[in-house]
Amino acid sequence: MTEVSIAVAEDHGLSAEEFERIQTILGRMPNLLELGIFSVMWSEHCSYKSSKRHLAKLPTEAPWVVCGPGENAGVVDIGDGQVAIFKMESHNHPSFIEPYQGAATGVGGIMRDVFTMGARPVAMLNALRFGSPSHPKTRHLVAGVVAGIGGYGNCVGVPTVGGEIGFHGSFDGNILVNAMCVGVAQADRVFYAAAAGIGNPVVYVGAKTGRDGIHGATMASAEFSDTTEAKRPTVQVGDPFKEKLLLEACLELMAGDAIVAIQDMGAAGLTSSSFEMASRGGTGIELDLDQVPARETGMTPYELMLSESQERMLLVLREGAEADAEAIFSKWELDAAVIGRVTGSGRMVLRFDGTVVGDVPIAPVAGASPVYDRPAEPMPPVLAVAPELVREPVGTVAALERLIASPELCSRRWAYEQYDSTVMADTLAGPGGDAAVVRVHGTAKALALTVDCTPRYVQVDPVRGGAQAVCEAWRNLTAVGAMPLAITNCLNFGNPERPRTMGQLTGAIQGMAKACRGLDFPVVSGNVSLYNETDGRAVQPTPGIGGVGLLDDWSRRIEVGIVEPGLQLVMIGDAPGWLGASLYLRVVCGREEGMPPPVDVSVERRNGDFVRGLMDEGLVRACHDVGDGGLLVALVEMALAGGCGFTTTEPADVATGAAWWFGEDQARYVVAVAEEAVADLLHEASASGVLARPIGHTGGDQIVVEPHGRVAIDRLRALSEGWFPAYMSGLDRQTS
Amino acid sequence: MRAAVVTFPGSNCDRDLAVAFAKATGRIPVRVWHAETELPPVDVVGIPGGFSYGDYLRSGAIAARSPILRAVAAFAAKGGRVLGICNGFQVLTEAGLLPGALVRNAGQRFVSRWVELRVENDATGFTAGWRAGDRIRLPVAHHDGNYVADETTLAHLEATGAVAFRYADNPNGSARAIAGVCNDARNVLGLMPHPERAIGAELGGSDGAVLFRSLVAALA
Repeated sequence: MTEVSIAVAEDHGLSAEEFERIQTILGRMPNLLELGIFSVMWSEHCSYKSSKRHLAKLPTEAPWVVCGPGENAGVVDIGDGQVAIFKMESHNHPSFIEPYQGAATGVGGIMRDVFTMGARPVAMLNALRFGSPSHPKTRHLVAGVVAGIGGYGNCVGVPTVGGEIGFHGSFDGNILVNAMCVGVAQADRVFYAAAAGIGNPVVYVGAKTGRDGIHGATMASAEFSDTTEAKRPTVQVGDPFKEKLLLEACLELMAGDAIVAIQDMGAAGLTSSSFEMASRGGTGIELDLDQVPARETGMTPYELMLSESQERMLLVLREGAEADAEAIFSKWELDAAVIGRVTGSGRMVLRFDGTVVGDVPIAPVAGASPVYDRPAEPMPPVLAVAPELVREPVGTVAALERLIASPELCSRRWAYEQYDSTVMADTLAGPGGDAAVVRVHGTAKALALTVDCTPRYVQVDPVRGGAQAVCEAWRNLTAVGAMPLAITNCLNFGNPERPRTMGQLTGAIQGMAKACRGLDFPVVSGNVSLYNETDGRAVQPTPGIGGVGLLDDWSRRIEVGIVEPGLQLVMIGDAPGWLGASLYLRVVCGREEGMPPPVDVSVERRNGDFVRGLMDEGLVRACHDVGDGGLLVALVEMALAGGCGFTTTEPADVATGAAWWFGEDQARYVVAVAEEAVADLLHEASASGVLARPIGHTGGDQIVVEPHGRVAIDRLRALSEGWFPAYMSGLDRQTS
Repeated sequence: MRAAVVTFPGSNCDRDLAVAFAKATGRIPVRVWHAETELPPVDVVGIPGGFSYGDYLRSGAIAARSPILRAVAAFAAKGGRVLGICNGFQVLTEAGLLPGALVRNAGQRFVSRWVELRVENDATGFTAGWRAGDRIRLPVAHHDGNYVADETTLAHLEATGAVAFRYADNPNGSARAIAGVCNDARNVLGLMPHPERAIGAELGGSDGAVLFRSLVAALA
């Protein structure tokens, strides 16, 4: 075995201090296996050492929260003895190196986090960020990631129902691939990962262990450089068929009483799963590594412990339940083996070839990893952009056309038509709307699901941007008629050793915490991905929010599309006309500047609750939140979704036309209501302290913007649908 | 009508198909595991969508050689009705119960969308609830849905009315836009679109329910 030295420790991504600390914990020099274990467990990816103390500031509780952060996924009560279990996770680094497998295994990993808790996965979402469309790698990365997400999720048979895709030059060297999985379980059949019961068997099930993915977690905890290509062997290869078998076998076993604890083998493989289970249970584990099903001969204990081979689970069974488990696993043609026992020693003892090859205490490795309070520096202040100072380079309708045809706002059909969104036959609203709506199988209920973040806001003002992401998720759920319940988050940032990046992280968490508190919308699970940075250039900070809401009666869900003529369009919320950091400024004016729009959580809540009240009264025929691109883009999205046109008129009292039509003021919705309901609506609004304003009416096959002009829906549809396929087939230069 | 739904390792539309049968018949279908060698006494057998055995060889190739498929073939030979959807269609062609084969989509990518179909033959137990020429909407979700057959076979299918459904806007390059075919005896139907996902307006359409109701009527 290699002699362990400070140089070897540094190769493992450990600092000199951390290496000292390991020697103090053990009272001796670690051997290579033990060093490898410490290195992955103390990697940023597994230990959250830079973010932990800040994450503690996020609200995680509400009466409907069954289990918050710390387990494999968050659990919320959805009534009738059922719970929703969900989490979002990043697979950024591997997806950049090997887009198909990186994205595919990201999907597989997050599914396992959900079904390991006893839930059947019922929906997948994803949030993707790519570099500039003109960057030579972007097309290849988009193609690979989208195919990988589809290839995995489609095979397992869980519908992919929503997501978002963004493009920006800051992601040229580091793309973001965040996947969210949502499952449903019986509240009294939720499984946790605390190893208990001294003497109970520790069982390995799933794919055999190979040499793939060794040190994946360590890779995800360092910046990229031009040697990144050499890291390809650290990317794992997914087998969705195996995942499907594992899913069915686990759920079948979970119907009985055989399982004491269960944990999937994700990042850092057997190491993190065994340490985390023992740590949560306050127990020890003894593993006989000779028993681990291996794909190749001659694998060393180091490789067996650090492999990130996919589609594997670790279970603690009730003693005597081995035969029941074996019968189910062999029915599903899965390799399974008893590889150890739970002990009361508080230590992980690893045997191989008859001798002890590793012996380390659990608590200091798993629960007491280093925690850093890294210096944080706020972003420099930025001036607001006064609407009067924004010169409009083109007219309103031409600006609208540019926005609708832009990479940021155009239709994502090219991507989501590669995802099976209808399998399981419960998808009521799939990709392309506000939030997706998925029926809870066999019930009157449905879950509303969304993923949201506006990185360009977070970049300029992390506090505001963090709050905005939470508010937007809450708003999207509200717009379909759901009661927002809770979120999962996936925090994608650059190198935390840079004070400015730390400032972005702490600021975003501060903003998120404030919004979550104000909206009763707690964080129940999450993931942090740092070091999204190449050669010193970091990504735009992207604290992605995955929101989950509940509809008690799915038949009362509200659609985004306007389908009938003669309805009145009413804007809920105030619109002073905020153009700073807007897409109008970026896409139409070519300016990336200005403060993002202010976020007032109490107004957000008041407006959303008001809209939900209108829905409860049965007044709302269609609803859409106003987000990227502003009011006119929101209206056009409603027209494109439903196929009916509208006429809208610019009020006389607006700052400028561009500010009114394209400002990105927050906490806004457009609702379509019957003409006779408008007076009551306005009355109720003013009684509730909510600003509401009629802005037009539906009808025709044109979009009429008085006094600026008109455009046919069909033309806008062609513009919206055109960019993505043209770009992916290499024709973008002709269209842009 | 008594129905059975076969599950292979990797099937993922078996539950959906069972739900659709249950909704049409009022009876919970029997679930049959791939390793079984006999079918229960039923009137119709459903071969569901998914990725049987991972579809790592050719789609449906391994499932076509599974123990239960021998029983399904014997059942079909005696006139029992067999419905194969998506992967089930692929399995039935691989098993020789239906002519032709399904290969990679012409666009090379997985295709998931609602498509319009034309009902070509309403004189089968699966399609009698429609009139030939009816336009219906069903979702497709497949990577290998491109129907191919030699010219003689295609000519035979067309001449005998074995083409059950045709795409209005061919999403996968299928020969003659064929979306579903029957055997000569009309008791075996395979189609790539998913009728079991279109059994209620809330799901985006209920045209698929007509197929299941047709079966119930045919077997009444």
